[in-house]
Amino acid sequence: MEVALSKRRTERLLSIVVLLLSSRRYLTAEQIRAAVSGYPEEQESFKRMFERDKEELRDLGIPLETGRANQFDDDLGYRISRQDYELPEIHLEPDEAAVLGIASRVWQSAELAGAATGAALKLRAASGEADGEGRVTPPPGIQPRLTTQEPAFGPLWEAVRDRRPVTFDHLAIGRSEVKKRTLEPWGVVNRRGRWYVAGYDRARDAPRVFRLNRITGPVKFAGPPGSVKVPDGTDVRELVKDWDRPLTRDHTATLRVRADAGFALHRWGRVTEDAANPGWDLVAIDYSDPEWYAGYLAEFGPDVVVLGPPELREAVIRRLKGALT
Amino acid sequence: MVTSAERLRRLLALVPYVAARRVVGLAETAATFGMTERELIDDLNLAWCVELRAPEPYCPIDLSYEDGEISISQAESIARPLRLAADEASALLVALRMLAEAASFGQHSNSDHGDGDAVARLIAKIEDAAGAAGAASSQVSVQIDRPDARGLAAALSGALSARRRVHLRYYVPSRDEATERDVDPMRLLVVEGRTYLEGWCRRAEGVRHFRLDRVLSVDVLDVPAEVPETAEPADVDGGLFTASPSDVLVEIELSPAARYVAEDCPCEFVTDLPDGRRRMGLRTPDTAWLRRLVLRHGEDARVVSPAGLADEVRETAAAALAQYE
Repeated sequence: MEVALSKRRTERLLSIVVLLLSSRRYLTAEQIRAAVSGYPEEQESFKRMFERDKEELRDLGIPLETGRANQFDDDLGYRISRQDYELPEIHLEPDEAAVLGIASRVWQSAELAGAATGAALKLRAASGEADGEGRVTPPPGIQPRLTTQEPAFGPLWEAVRDRRPVTFDHLAIGRSEVKKRTLEPWGVVNRRGRWYVAGYDRARDAPRVFRLNRITGPVKFAGPPGSVKVPDGTDVRELVKDWDRPLTRDHTATLRVRADAGFALHRWGRVTEDAANPGWDLVAIDYSDPEWYAGYLAEFGPDVVVLGPPELREAVIRRLKGALT
Repeated sequence: MVTSAERLRRLLALVPYVAARRVVGLAETAATFGMTERELIDDLNLAWCVELRAPEPYCPIDLSYEDGEISISQAESIARPLRLAADEASALLVALRMLAEAASFGQHSNSDHGDGDAVARLIAKIEDAAGAAGAASSQVSVQIDRPDARGLAAALSGALSARRRVHLRYYVPSRDEATERDVDPMRLLVVEGRTYLEGWCRRAEGVRHFRLDRVLSVDVLDVPAEVPETAEPADVDGGLFTASPSDVLVEIELSPAARYVAEDCPCEFVTDLPDGRRRMGLRTPDTAWLRRLVLRHGEDARVVSPAGLADEVRETAAAALAQYE
C-alpha cells in the first residue's frame, strides 16, 4: 500500500516536471491538475497535496518559476525554464570518468556521499557514452576518504553553504564548562583528519576557529540565509593553520637513552656514546612544548633518563609518579 | 525504501543516461545507479507509464527493454539531466580538490601528466557546469599532511603501477622499533588526513596499513607483487582501526585535563563520570600503545582493567623512577 502510494507520487512529480518543462506558458494549478493523473477531486486536499509537491520539487533543486498565467487575470502559474533546469553540455574523457568514480567515493558520510554520487550520475548522464565508463580501470592513484562523524558537521556545512550565522555550545580544551558561541561561519576545514569551523565570533568581535568535536549539543541557525558576509580575501585554510600553528623547536633536551632502545630518539636526535655508562647513549634533541614533550619521553619508561633541562626532568618525574598510583 | 523524492531524482538522471547512449545494458546500468535489475525495471516502467491527459492525452516517454538491453526512443523534455544542486556540486568539488592534492604527492616533480591532470581537467569542467551551485565548495577545504619530502609516495605509487613488491623499513611507535618487511602494494589511501599504503605484508601474511610518515625507507624490488586472491581491501569507511571482539577490552579513566584523549581514541564506549572525569573502553590486539598512552598522561590517566596492564604501567613507571634516584 505504502509502496504503491509512493510510486504514484513519484509518477505524479515526474509528470509535473515533464509537463512544465515542455510548456512555454505559465500553467495554473488547475491546468496542472487537469494534465496530471493522481490528484484528488476534493479541492482542499488537492491544494495541500499540490503545495507539498511544489516544495518537494524545489527541494530537489528543480527551478520552479511562478508568474502570471494569463495577461487578463491574476491567476498564478508555474513553469520550468529549460535553460535553468538543464545541466550544461559536458563531455568526459575516459580518464576523467575514472577520476569521477574515485571522487564520488571519497565522502564516507551518508548525506554527502549521496550528494557526490548524485552529482556523478548526472555528469555521466550528460556526457553520453563516449566517457568509456567500465572500460577504464581506475588508475592506481591515491584514494582519499573523508569521514564526518561529528554531529555538528551537517548543520555547519549548511550554514556555510547558505551563509547563515549559528549558535552552539563549545567546550574549550582543558575547560570543564561549556560556553555559548555565536559564529558567522566563513568556512569548514579538515586539517590532519580533524574538522574545524572558522568564522567571526560575535561576542569576541574577532575571527575564531573551533574544532567540531568540541561542539557539544545542537548547532542552531541564528539568522536567515545570506546574512553572513565572508570578508574579501578570507582564506579559511590559513586561519586554521595559524590556529594550529607550527611548532618551533626552541628547546634542547639532554637525554641518556639505552643504546638498544629509543629508536625514534636515536634517529631524530644527535647521538654520542655515553662513555661513563656502557650500553647507554647521550642524545641531544630539540623540542617545542615542555609539557607535551615530557609526556612523550615518559612513554619510554626506563629506557630514557632526562638529564636536562630541569623543568623537563621534573615534568617527566611528575608523570612517572602519577602513573604509580 | 527510497522516498518518492529520491526516486524522482534517480529517474531524472536515469532517463538522460539511457537516452544519451541509445542502447545500454540493463545490468551495467543497474550497477552504475546502485540498484538491482528489478528496481531498475520498476523505474523504467514508471517512466514509461507517465501520461499527460491535457490538452491531448499523450505519453511523453517511450522506451523498451529486452534481452538485457534498454533503449529510450523518446524522452521529451527530460532528455537532459537536471543541473547540479549546491550540495552535489560542493560535495564533488571538495572531493576532487582533495584528490588533486593527494595525487600531487604521488607524482614525480618532473612529470606533468598522470592522475593530477585528469583531476584538474575534471574540476574545471564541473566548475563550469555547476556555475553558482559550486560556489560554497570554496569555503570547505581539506588539507592532507604531505606525507614526506622524500618522494616515498611517488616511489610507492610507481611500485603500484608497475605491480612490484617493495621492501619497507617501518617504524612501530607502540614498540618503539624499526621493522623490516616485504610488502605487495594494493593501494594508497588517505584516511583521516594521513596517507597509508595498504598492502599484503609477507611477514604478517595479511593485509596491513603502513602510515607513510612512519616509513623509514622504501626499496622497490625487482620482483612482481603477488597479492593473494584472498586479500580483501580493508573496509575503511569506519576508520582504519577496526577492533575484533576477541581483543582484550581495556578500560581507562581520564581526569578532566585528559578527557579529550577519548575523542582521539577508537573507543567502544565513553562514559562521563562526575567531576568532569571520563571512562573510556576500547579493544585492541596490542596493548603496548595504551601502556605508552597512560604513561604519557601520568596521574591524568589510569588503567582500570585489565589488572595485568595496570601492573605493567606501574612496574614501568617504578623502574623509570629508580633511574632518577
